[in-house]
Amino acid sequence: MEENNKTEKDVVPATGAGGNFNDNLHGENLTERAKVLSPGMTVLKRFFRSKLSVIGLVMLIALFLFSFLGPVFSKWSGNGGTVKDFDTINVIGTYIPITYTGADGTVYEAYDVTIDDKLLPYNSLGGITADHWMGTDYEGNDVFTRLMLGGRVSLTIGFVVIILETLLGVLLGGLAGYFGKWVDQLIMRLVDILSCIPSLPIMLILGAVFDSLGIVTISKLYYMMLVLTLLGWTGVARLVRGQILTLREQEFMLAAKCSGLSTGKKIFKHLLPNIIPQLIVFMTLGLGSVILMEATLGYLGIGAPLGTATWGNIINLASVSRYRNYYPNLWLGSGICITFAILAFNFVGDGLRDAFDPKMKR
Amino acid sequence: MFKYVIKRLLIAVLILFGISVLIYFLIRLMPVNYIEDKVRTQMSNNGGISEEDLQRMLALYGLDDNSFLGILKGYWNWFTGFLKGDLGTSFQYNIKVETIIKEKMGISFGISFVSLIIEMLIAIPLGIKCACNQYGKIDYTVTVLCMVGMAFPSFFLGNMFIKWFAVDLGWFETGGLVSIDLPHGSNIFVRFGDMAWHLVLPLFVMVILDIGSLMRYTRTNTLEVLNADYIRTARAKGLSEGKVVYKHVFRNTLIPLITVLASTLPMLFGGAMITETVFDIPGIGQTAYNALKIGDIPLAMGYNMFMAVLTVLGTLLADLMYAVVDPRVKLAK
Repeated sequence: MEENNKTEKDVVPATGAGGNFNDNLHGENLTERAKVLSPGMTVLKRFFRSKLSVIGLVMLIALFLFSFLGPVFSKWSGNGGTVKDFDTINVIGTYIPITYTGADGTVYEAYDVTIDDKLLPYNSLGGITADHWMGTDYEGNDVFTRLMLGGRVSLTIGFVVIILETLLGVLLGGLAGYFGKWVDQLIMRLVDILSCIPSLPIMLILGAVFDSLGIVTISKLYYMMLVLTLLGWTGVARLVRGQILTLREQEFMLAAKCSGLSTGKKIFKHLLPNIIPQLIVFMTLGLGSVILMEATLGYLGIGAPLGTATWGNIINLASVSRYRNYYPNLWLGSGICITFAILAFNFVGDGLRDAFDPKMKR
Repeated sequence: MFKYVIKRLLIAVLILFGISVLIYFLIRLMPVNYIEDKVRTQMSNNGGISEEDLQRMLALYGLDDNSFLGILKGYWNWFTGFLKGDLGTSFQYNIKVETIIKEKMGISFGISFVSLIIEMLIAIPLGIKCACNQYGKIDYTVTVLCMVGMAFPSFFLGNMFIKWFAVDLGWFETGGLVSIDLPHGSNIFVRFGDMAWHLVLPLFVMVILDIGSLMRYTRTNTLEVLNADYIRTARAKGLSEGKVVYKHVFRNTLIPLITVLASTLPMLFGGAMITETVFDIPGIGQTAYNALKIGDIPLAMGYNMFMAVLTVLGTLLADLMYAVVDPRVKLAK
């Protein structure tokens, strides 16, 4: 089964029947003896032949199970505020000292130590124990649980943003490529502007604008996804436009035109299916960069609302030198998860690209 | 060719105009107002300044009116200044934005340039080596390592390096450019050595992050060149494999790489914002980051426009270079 991937449909002899010409003489049909692989199956076969893509896929599945299924089995809620999270008394007290001058003239510092359920932090910055595999953070939350919860948000952001980006990019890029002329000019100049904007400064500005508009709760997450989408669709649009420009000139489009198909049908039935492979590759590789963007914003403290567990918000702790230097257990896991996710998406994306590419032989 | 350049430059002007409008309006929408914060601090300190003074100060800086028309007026002021080549005066430093950019660019450029040289010295030979042994052991190892390097977020790698090499092992400095205990008036070599010592970790981070893409690009190009007819001819006429690779493959691999170099222009001069912030390097990236955070509008605008110009120029240069180094490429009118 080595080199027969060149055509779209592979005809692979079924096991045992290879090269036996006599079979045909016995009146048997070739199609009964040979297995015809659909293009999809060919791609899958080629994808799974590459070790790296399989490793990437396994890593992805592991990350998803870790993030979406993991918290279910956790003893801790990871979000604080519930009794479930409070450990046996370890450190109890407020960290706000009360200073007063005593009768003898010296200034005393007193710490109000109360056993009160509402006072945090309990078991603040606890070490690694059998109960807390990665210790606890300042608020006494289990770091490991927060890591899993963070994965939920970060991976979801990645998927939502990339899907929205693709939809917008396909729509606008398709319009530009199909209609050409001034539509093309307008959309492509917009793409030029958006892709020349330095994205990090813009996100810094927008993060501050959101804060000023009072968007600090969970809805900030939605706005953030919206902005990431609005800044990120240009890549897809360029890709789609370029593809459509080439496809438009091909004979099958002429045939479609001759048979009097409507514009919508021409676009959705004949043009779009042809760019789906490139889109899938783009989306897979793009997922990594969206996750990286979320993490970067979180690290700079302008991403998801503070307190929400996301990988970005967790690794934000590394920017505090005290945590960075003495509590690596707080942020190391999140960094590893981000790196793992990006790496896995890149492996899978590369594998898919090679699998879709009919010129790739191996 | 000339017509093409003119057309591209005209489009570039349009793009830059669009970017400047967008960024200016967004910056003005930011809640932080450096002037207001500064004056209010003074107000709370001695009370000699009244609310009217604050309004007058804001009006002086053109920040008093936050309606659409007010922002439009502010933009017009900025724009006319920009046309005259004047980017305004930074709120926090009280010096011309151009001067700040020029001053801070040096260090960012130095770091990026050195890291680019290191990357090329490692990535290009490695990429060619991998392509020559496609799907071999070396190829797999290097490709995987490169992808791992590319997957690291810069702040994660940077902080990890600081934690291990600077804090735990104490080999390097945690950040900045100059040691606090450097004797005053040390000669230039000592000062340079000290600075270089500070820059080891940031350089490592930048090289690890960026080397992957360059390596993979070289590898892909080399693979393409290796399949070309002239390589077969070279082999057919009995050249040794070494000669084929070094004389024929290597040179042709460099052609597309030149275009890559042109597109690294923004990165080269604009500094790595996050790496500089992590390592506390007073380059242009960190300066811009701080300007954006505290609402130093002229400096933030200046930096963003600087970056946009570099990006536009970089893309144009990459396209032109492609046509220059490869005569087969014809630029669309």
